Amino acid sequence: MPPRLASLGHATATAFEQGVALLAFIGECSFALAGWFAHPASIRGRPILYNIRRAGFDALPIVGLLAFLLGIVVAYQGADQLRQYGANIFVADLVGLSMLREFAPLITAIIVAGRSGSAYAAQIGTMAVTEEIDAMRTIGIPPLDLLVLPKIIALLIALPLLTVFADLLGVLGGMLMARAQLAVSYVEFLDRFVKTVSVTAFLIGIGKAPVFAAIIVTVGCFEGFRTHGGADSVGRQTTRSVVQAIFLVIVADALFSVAFSALDL
Amino acid sequence: MNEQAATDPPVIEISQLSTRFGEHVVHARLDLVVHRAEIFALVGGSGSGKSTLLREIILLQQPESGSIKVLGVDLENISDTAALALRQRWGVMFQSGGLFGSLTIKENVGLPLREHTGLSDKLIDEIASWKLAMTGLEPAVGAQYPAELSGGMMKRASLARALALDPELLFLDEPTAGLDPESADEIDQLIRKLRDLFGLSIVLITHDLDLLWQVTDRIAVLADGKVQGLGSMAELAGNDHPAIRKYFDGPRGRAAQAQSRMT
Repeated sequence: MPPRLASLGHATATAFEQGVALLAFIGECSFALAGWFAHPASIRGRPILYNIRRAGFDALPIVGLLAFLLGIVVAYQGADQLRQYGANIFVADLVGLSMLREFAPLITAIIVAGRSGSAYAAQIGTMAVTEEIDAMRTIGIPPLDLLVLPKIIALLIALPLLTVFADLLGVLGGMLMARAQLAVSYVEFLDRFVKTVSVTAFLIGIGKAPVFAAIIVTVGCFEGFRTHGGADSVGRQTTRSVVQAIFLVIVADALFSVAFSALDL
Repeated sequence: MNEQAATDPPVIEISQLSTRFGEHVVHARLDLVVHRAEIFALVGGSGSGKSTLLREIILLQQPESGSIKVLGVDLENISDTAALALRQRWGVMFQSGGLFGSLTIKENVGLPLREHTGLSDKLIDEIASWKLAMTGLEPAVGAQYPAELSGGMMKRASLARALALDPELLFLDEPTAGLDPESADEIDQLIRKLRDLFGLSIVLITHDLDLLWQVTDRIAVLADGKVQGLGSMAELAGNDHPAIRKYFDGPRGRAAQAQSRMT
């Protein structure tokens, strides 16, 4: 069946070409970022602050709400099992560890990938279609400097902070559910929480956030720059950026789990 | 010195340029020279490689082989600093304007100055207003955003931005495409005025027959990866190449030719 074989080959070649292009893009960004830090005077402050507001501050309500609901869900699912063994108080371990180590960083990254990663791809893609990127180059402003680096720095700052916020509200949600379902009072919950949830667990969760941030910005901007042709291409690239960013975030999270288990953390 | 001025070096010198996209050959050992203070048009059918050629001249794309010299600078292996210096000596007006949607018109026009000069904000503002007036835009337009402008105003604003750094060389991509006849005429006059007043060298891509007859000094017709005809419209009229005949035969071509005889 030659057509199927041909399309398999074609798909492989396309994927390979895209991988090479992504690596090249990461290289260009790293090079430009290094250039920024070598000449701090060339750092563009305003776009960084603007991006922190858009990707960070503006995302607080949605991140907070979803983390809170996730905390409730985790506590609710654990409640039945724990009650059977009379181990009600362990709900603090369950909620604390799962939220801080896994769910808060992951849900935050996924929301930001959907909210901001797509916006990055759409913004850059639209600018590519309307020749704004070309205009920027001819004026002598490197597009990476204005469109990518501020986003990288902004999200490297904003995503860990959003994750802390998600930690707080997730645990709050679990705490409310623990009292309602398991009759664990707030004081008991917090008492147990402080005893079992170490600073390491918190840091592990926060430590993932910058990696997720780098993935989201790189993929979003990369797909934006690959926009060619008309407006329909912008939509296609935006969709790709979200799917790829979420995919890579979850892959990275799995790799973290493997690494942490190897390190006994 | 005076003798040298008479034989001014060309502003653009292209020799043996080849470009390929995969199997598709865009330019096959193409040669082209643009002189100082002339209005030079690149024409050709879709896919004839005129846009690609323009992109290669303004450092947005690299040819496969051959050399391009712009304002005496060889573009091959050009350093970042040299490229930045060169970019400040030319202005580009894009087909869709390329104005930044997040900035007002005045900020758009002032952007090259803000990036490359240490001028005060007040002075930049004044220069931007002056450039806008030069391209025939009302002062009130400066405070508007690109999305609020009509096609003709957008082209003018884009031209004002291209002129911000007082370039020696101006590139115009389809300056009259999508405009009503009156705006197109005004753009025609503006282009000629810019050359006559400031001695600008202007390279443009166009399909507009009126623009070709009324404004341009020389025209290069691109087809099959090469320059098939070079000269003024009147000179090209005697050429038999099918790609060139398209500009003279047919009702539009004849009408534009008749119009040019009247004026």
